[in-house]
Amino acid sequence: MTQSRWARRAATDAAMTWLCGLAVAVTLVPLVSLLWMVVARGASALSWSFLTSLPKPVGEVGGGVGNGIIGSALLLGLAATIGLPVGIGAGLFLAARGDGTAGRTVRFLAEILAGVPSVVAGLAVYALLVRPMHRFSALAGSLALAILMVPMLARGTEETVRMVPRDLFEASLGLGVAEWKSGLLIVARTAAGGITTAVCLALARAAGETAPLLFTALGNQFWNLRPDQPTASLPVLIFNYAVSPYPDWQKQAWGAALLLLVLVGVLNAAARLATRGRFAGGGR
Amino acid sequence: MGTSLPARRRLARRRLERTGDTLYRDALAAFGMSVAAALGIVAAESAKLAAPALRRFGIAFVGSTQWDPTADRFGALPFLAGTVLTSAEALALALPVGLGAAIFLSEMAPARLRAMVRFPIEMLAAIPSVIVGLWGLFVLAPIMRTRVEPLLARTGLPILSGTPVGVGLLAAGVVLAVMVLPTLTSLSLDVVGAVDRAQREGLYALGATRWEVIRRGVLPAAKSGLFGATVLALGRALGETMAVAMVVGNSPDMPHSLLATGGTLASVIANEFTEAVSDLHEAALAELGLVLLALTLLLSIGGRLLLRRSVR
Amino acid sequence: MRRLLVCLAIAACTRTPLPSRAVPAAPSATPTLVNGAGSTFVFPLLSKVFSDYVRVDPRVRFNYQSIGSGAGIRQITDRTVDFGASDAPLTDEQLAKAPDILHLPIVLGAVAVAYNLPSKPALRLTPDLLAGLYLGEITRWNDPRIAAVNPGVSLPSLPVAVIHRADGSGTTAIFTDYLAKVSPTWAQKVRHGTAVRWPVGIGGKGNEGVAGQLMSLPGAVGYVELAYAVQNKLPVASLANRAGEWIAPSVASTTAAATGAAASMPDDLRVSVTDPPGVGAYPIAGFTDILVFRGQTDPVKGPALARFLWWEIHDGQREAEPLLYAPLPPAVVAKVAVKIRSITLAGKPILVGQPE
Repeated sequence: MTQSRWARRAATDAAMTWLCGLAVAVTLVPLVSLLWMVVARGASALSWSFLTSLPKPVGEVGGGVGNGIIGSALLLGLAATIGLPVGIGAGLFLAARGDGTAGRTVRFLAEILAGVPSVVAGLAVYALLVRPMHRFSALAGSLALAILMVPMLARGTEETVRMVPRDLFEASLGLGVAEWKSGLLIVARTAAGGITTAVCLALARAAGETAPLLFTALGNQFWNLRPDQPTASLPVLIFNYAVSPYPDWQKQAWGAALLLLVLVGVLNAAARLATRGRFAGGGR
Repeated sequence: MGTSLPARRRLARRRLERTGDTLYRDALAAFGMSVAAALGIVAAESAKLAAPALRRFGIAFVGSTQWDPTADRFGALPFLAGTVLTSAEALALALPVGLGAAIFLSEMAPARLRAMVRFPIEMLAAIPSVIVGLWGLFVLAPIMRTRVEPLLARTGLPILSGTPVGVGLLAAGVVLAVMVLPTLTSLSLDVVGAVDRAQREGLYALGATRWEVIRRGVLPAAKSGLFGATVLALGRALGETMAVAMVVGNSPDMPHSLLATGGTLASVIANEFTEAVSDLHEAALAELGLVLLALTLLLSIGGRLLLRRSVR
Repeated sequence: MRRLLVCLAIAACTRTPLPSRAVPAAPSATPTLVNGAGSTFVFPLLSKVFSDYVRVDPRVRFNYQSIGSGAGIRQITDRTVDFGASDAPLTDEQLAKAPDILHLPIVLGAVAVAYNLPSKPALRLTPDLLAGLYLGEITRWNDPRIAAVNPGVSLPSLPVAVIHRADGSGTTAIFTDYLAKVSPTWAQKVRHGTAVRWPVGIGGKGNEGVAGQLMSLPGAVGYVELAYAVQNKLPVASLANRAGEWIAPSVASTTAAATGAAASMPDDLRVSVTDPPGVGAYPIAGFTDILVFRGQTDPVKGPALARFLWWEIHDGQREAEPLLYAPLPPAVVAKVAVKIRSITLAGKPILVGQPE
């Protein structure tokens, strides 16, 4: 009697172990399928001219995503120029004075900002820049991206800077080094690895953002390096080509997806490498 | 001539450094404030854009089922319902799987496997939405159309009725599930891993099996943390845009079945905003943005509070 | 091919009237970017035209984003772009907000009713059937009403998946304008416009999106500009026109539809040519207009735009037919030319010189 109940309990235990193991497999299936499709279909689209040419007129085979590559680089560069100082600065502020009322409020708002859907950030930038400037522009696109990067940067910076032992900072002050110098040189330098991680992760996130670009950067089928002009980007190209009826464009969407995935992967790997072996590790 | 030259120089330097300190503090504070300002600007500019619709429809906007650009009548309910339905479906699918995977990795699997699997799962969270959408459109939707939906339609349930077309609310929910699964799994892993050892050892001492320990000891202790993780995942699902816009089918009707096409707050903004035909249409889309903003703010605040209480 | 284009370019330059004052050359090697947005209906043509026009005038690039006619109208009204393109004329209400906007027809296109059926049968549809499909009254392809007008065609028992536009669209405006003319139920329940409240169906973004859905979904029916159907080898339905003939969309049947309309074209060039009375006329066709402000303000972009438009309604017309658009009837070209000449920069007309 008790033995059969024990057997039932053991069977339940085994079944649940299997089920949970299965859950891991189920989690990995879409990942494997997605990576496989992007690599397999994307690789066949890659060629020198795919990387360096402009799109062909609609319905014609050939052409490339050179405008999207340059456009994404422009957008990310501008977004980093706007977002990095603000995000890292806010993180340093939170680390230095995050325990006061002002600090707690800023941290709270930064966390809320991190939860704002990117499409809403795009709407706001449309109202803020596109309408008054009477122009879709790379600048507007990168401001939307910067808004998404800032809370990630602030949080990452604060976390790593807080891991730098306070003694180090105080010892530096005790030696008569000015606060700003102690803050920037000692703290920021010791935490540089962690901040680099935050920067890489924020850039990775921004690189793949699509929705806000639809109504800020719009698109451009030509080369563009001017911040005040509409500009193409890889994610928007992927979207436009994916929903198009042309097999050649769909193939290019997979190719562009592969490029974007490699970029995001490299940034994520760099994020991990930057903090490897430091005390400012990101993991728990 | 009272002070010596080096002393004066030192004094000047100190004054300079004090100015530096003030500047440094002010700059940091300014950066901190600009984060707050960014949030304010996002809310204010969206509201400014939505003003004509806010004036015309007010709060009744949220409850109206009409989305008719020709008649300039707009209401949020079809998209609110689409958002809730797809997000609920995503959670219903992702929660058991993510929790199961977290339990397996934390309680059952050897540490090496945990480390090995955790990295790719977290990678999945970093894949851009538009790429998941691409996969959803070309890989998932055909499978849904030919295999899954005909099977579901045969059940005869009204919620699963309709023509199998592949794209629609159901496919959008599945895509969302794929997108929130990594977040959910890795957060759950943190929460379950943070449960005190003593919770487990006491039960093991009483002769409980591993599953019983998990069910009676670990899960109750992790409950509020898991709830917080779920709320965060839900927040992500609500605001997810591109992947949904690519597979949801884009129709402004009240959803009557999961197989039907529909839209979510985020997807309709992405699809219609640059394409808006009238000022009121554009404003109504911005008001949808406000509704979405309010929804995600409520959730992200709630989720963070819960998660903080349990993990720390 | 390239040599041909260069010849074409030279010919075009000599025929284009000179700008009234010297156009300042671009300060650097970077060409001036003129931004436009709108109609997806005309995108296959415009993307070809703009790609070729680089050789006619290397100093400008025309960046055109196909985001729908509704958007084209809005964006030009808000002046977020330098020109718009729309297959639907501005409504009186829209025009009241920007009375200075010119409608400049550049080409005609047919809205084809395309479908995805496994055996690719050639189908005929009456106005009632088409309305029935889009009202959700006909839900299977082997419906006896479809079979009645298609004797001898084996119709599959597939469910009908209706595809429509998710964005504000001139293609939709033409299509629903037609349905509202031929179906009283449609006129009362759905009405017409660039975006309507669809009784049934799946929304696709742009002509591209509708064609994309059509390609991937067996049993689908959708309306797209003819070029999209042909480029993607989708079968298109022959429709019953007012003269009682079965007419397939083509350049010839589109031109036939326009000929009647050209004579009665109003002064502002806003016109609907759906459901025309003429013999051999395809019933769902329309003009695509370029929308520009009469008073241009940018000393580089304004003249560039005016010169392009002049080229487009003359030499550019030969690009239309290979892509299955119908060139403008000569009477319309003359009317549009007058409008283009009325474009001004700082109050002075931009194009002066030899008459047509």
